[in-house]
Amino acid sequence: MAAIPMNSVRAEPALPTPPAAKPRSRSVAPLTGVLTLVVLVLVPVCALVVPAGHPLHLSDYALTLIGKILCYGVAALALGLVWGYSGILSLGHALFFALGGYAFGMYLMRESAGDGLPAFMTFLSRTELPWFWWGFDNFAWAVLMAALVPGAVALVFGYFAFRSRVKGVYLSIITQALTFAAMLLFFRNETGFGGNNGFTGFTTILGFPIAASATRVALMLSSFLLLVGAFLACRFIVNSRYGQVLTAIRDAETRTMFVGYRPLGYKLFAWVFSAMLCGLAGALYVPQVGIINPGEMAPVNSIEMAIWVAIGGRGTLIGPIIGAVGVNGAKTLFTAWFAEYWLFFLGAIFVLGPLLLPHGIVGLFKRRRA
Amino acid sequence: MESGLRPQPGRGPFSPEHRLKTCLNHARQLCLRLLMLVLLTGIMTPALAMEDGILTALAGRDFAAKSQAVSQLIEAVATGDAQARELVLSLATNDVPNVRLNNILRQRIGAAASVLALESPDRAARAQAVQALLSSPPPAVLVPIVEAAIAREQDAHLQERLALLTALMGLQAADAGQRRDAVQRVAETGDPQYRTRLLDLLERNPDGSWVEPDESVRQATTEGIASLDAADRRARQVGTVFAGISLGSVLLLAALGLAITYGLIGVINMAHGEFLMIGAYATFVVQNLFRQYAPEAFDWYPLAAVPAAFLAAALVGVVLERLVLRHLYGRPLETLLTTFGVSLLLMQSIRMLFGAQNVEVMNPSWMSGGLTLMPGLLLPWNRLAIILFALIVVAIAWLVLNHTRLGLFVRAVTQNRGMAACAGVPTHRVDTQAFAFGAGIAGLGGCALSQIGNVGPDLGQAYIIDSFMVVVLGGVGQLAGTIVGAFGLGILSKTIEPFWGAVLAKIAVLLLIILFIQKRPQGLFALKGRSVEA
Repeated sequence: MAAIPMNSVRAEPALPTPPAAKPRSRSVAPLTGVLTLVVLVLVPVCALVVPAGHPLHLSDYALTLIGKILCYGVAALALGLVWGYSGILSLGHALFFALGGYAFGMYLMRESAGDGLPAFMTFLSRTELPWFWWGFDNFAWAVLMAALVPGAVALVFGYFAFRSRVKGVYLSIITQALTFAAMLLFFRNETGFGGNNGFTGFTTILGFPIAASATRVALMLSSFLLLVGAFLACRFIVNSRYGQVLTAIRDAETRTMFVGYRPLGYKLFAWVFSAMLCGLAGALYVPQVGIINPGEMAPVNSIEMAIWVAIGGRGTLIGPIIGAVGVNGAKTLFTAWFAEYWLFFLGAIFVLGPLLLPHGIVGLFKRRRA
Repeated sequence: MESGLRPQPGRGPFSPEHRLKTCLNHARQLCLRLLMLVLLTGIMTPALAMEDGILTALAGRDFAAKSQAVSQLIEAVATGDAQARELVLSLATNDVPNVRLNNILRQRIGAAASVLALESPDRAARAQAVQALLSSPPPAVLVPIVEAAIAREQDAHLQERLALLTALMGLQAADAGQRRDAVQRVAETGDPQYRTRLLDLLERNPDGSWVEPDESVRQATTEGIASLDAADRRARQVGTVFAGISLGSVLLLAALGLAITYGLIGVINMAHGEFLMIGAYATFVVQNLFRQYAPEAFDWYPLAAVPAAFLAAALVGVVLERLVLRHLYGRPLETLLTTFGVSLLLMQSIRMLFGAQNVEVMNPSWMSGGLTLMPGLLLPWNRLAIILFALIVVAIAWLVLNHTRLGLFVRAVTQNRGMAACAGVPTHRVDTQAFAFGAGIAGLGGCALSQIGNVGPDLGQAYIIDSFMVVVLGGVGQLAGTIVGAFGLGILSKTIEPFWGAVLAKIAVLLLIILFIQKRPQGLFALKGRSVEA
């Protein structure tokens, strides 16, 4: 980055992130395990056994909403990993999220179309599937692609970006431009992904009707398990030796290079892992909301992800999840009560969040405890 | 004489007399050629019989006969026959009862009438006639009349157009030499709209023979078309470069302020696009005030809109810097998010104040129309005005940055904030002033944009990413870099667009920039020195 020496005269605190992760004495495994078990038992019971109208009943709407927010939580966790632990603020994670969603959407489209072509293709008078639709009638292939395609895009882009040591604000802007360009591309009918309308009208997933309560419970639980798995994986990564070097690169890249590390591989791994995680989150998101279109790649979506991380607290793993759940919960309430003021509220979160909560919600608790 | 020209009542097209008359006409037409000769030698015989015959033929239903009659009439006009002239004029105004002409014949009569209109003393009438004739040239026999008109014509522009007209008419001349000459003259105009006229000469008749019998004329036509095509390509190239410069000037106005503030605080201000929007809306308000209180001075509203746009955007800039950014210095990524939130707030406020719809900003009358640089290439005045405006703004920015105390401070703080502070530069005040200056320049850009595009709450969003790209390309804190980046990006996009379309061009440009920063991570014009790598 053509960095300008930032304000070295002012007595500002250093980067508002907690110190590099230390191997912890206290393990989170038992707590996480118990929580997971409770959710795995309670949710199906509340949704399927408890009768409708009972206060403990989980409606389909609530299931979808929770599942959606859990997917956002995974995306936020992925972004939190690169931003909080390697200092890369990506404004392109909506692209990875949408790519995963598109990959899984292709599976759902082919499943609902049966042996024929998806409806939008006959509409565009195509006679056969484009080559890149090959294999998407297979569930496993679609899930694999939902992780590999975003990973591959991230790998190519990240290699060129990190190799020339693009970082900071520069990198953010370029990832945003990349997302913007991809959005323009997906808006075109010729690209072969349904253009403006994207994919919708899904009927079944693995043969199960997609709108059934049991399917929705399964999807929501999958999202939850993905979130737990992703959290544990990220935790393992940041607590490992590799994670320590990554944090060192974040705090002083040049110095770490002098010590003898090459930052490229370290950054690239975190970046690609994060993109793949984000792609999987997108893949689970699409069957729950029932639609994927290029609007998912709008620059504002990426930036919203960043604000979840900033509000929750960057430099932690639980922070981004808290931020995603909190901001999206607020969004759901706000858009239901006073829709026209939501953008004002969101703007206010953007402005006031970094001003008042420099360490996020998590930072607030830490300070209290200290 | 007048009564002789008019068909007598009772001689309808279906009457037996009429049939007889048409038969007789055929006999008479043989005499016509003789009469023509007589006329040509200057013996002015009152050709009552001939006119009568033409009129009768025109009143008939036989298209071939009618067509021939029109040809005769036009030949008669060419010789200066006063009766024929009158007849043409009255036919052209549909003033002759019983005569029905189809479109082809009416067009030919109309062309002849337009040729006669070239003798009008009124310049506007002559100009209109030339315009009509150029789009459908009359037959070559009328060339002498047009040449006489050229000799009379005082207006150089009309004279030129008339000369072109004779060239177009000459394409149908009887003499091959004249035709060849005409082809060359048409080709010399370089105007692609005459290409089809030349192409017609290379057609074949249904029986396989050439429409144009003369080999050398065909040769000249082929060359003429090639030269027209070359001229067309040149016009397109110049047009592309102009479109690129025009886009570049807009990008320059959008990116200039961004480069200054980025250089200073190290953060790309995501709300920068909204400063453009504020400038455009300020222009809208000023325009409305002028329309309401000073409609007679409406043409000069930009004079008031320019400072208003600057001040409005600068004011919002000061507020933003003082209230928000000041507290986030040293945390660039969070500042990025915050400025994005500010952009959301500003857009939503504008939606509430002015509505979500686009508002209409009128061009002042002197900005409508354009400059015809070469045939087939019109440069709109509003775009030319914006290019000039952008250059003036750059000149002002250069003066401020290089020849004022503020500019000196801004450059010092951009290069090394700590050292500047040690040397006594009031960095806080410089930040505010420079931020206001950058925002104000964006406001000026918005004022310019309002003259060529839609003004709506989303105005800034359309330009913000391109402006970032300019800054990335040009490097930070360098005026020259921004200028080269803006015009380079503008011309590059417009060059790719005709081949790949706007969307793929945007993607291609983006990929090129990503590749470019592999080589020059600091942009085209990097700051040098130890301060670069912080």
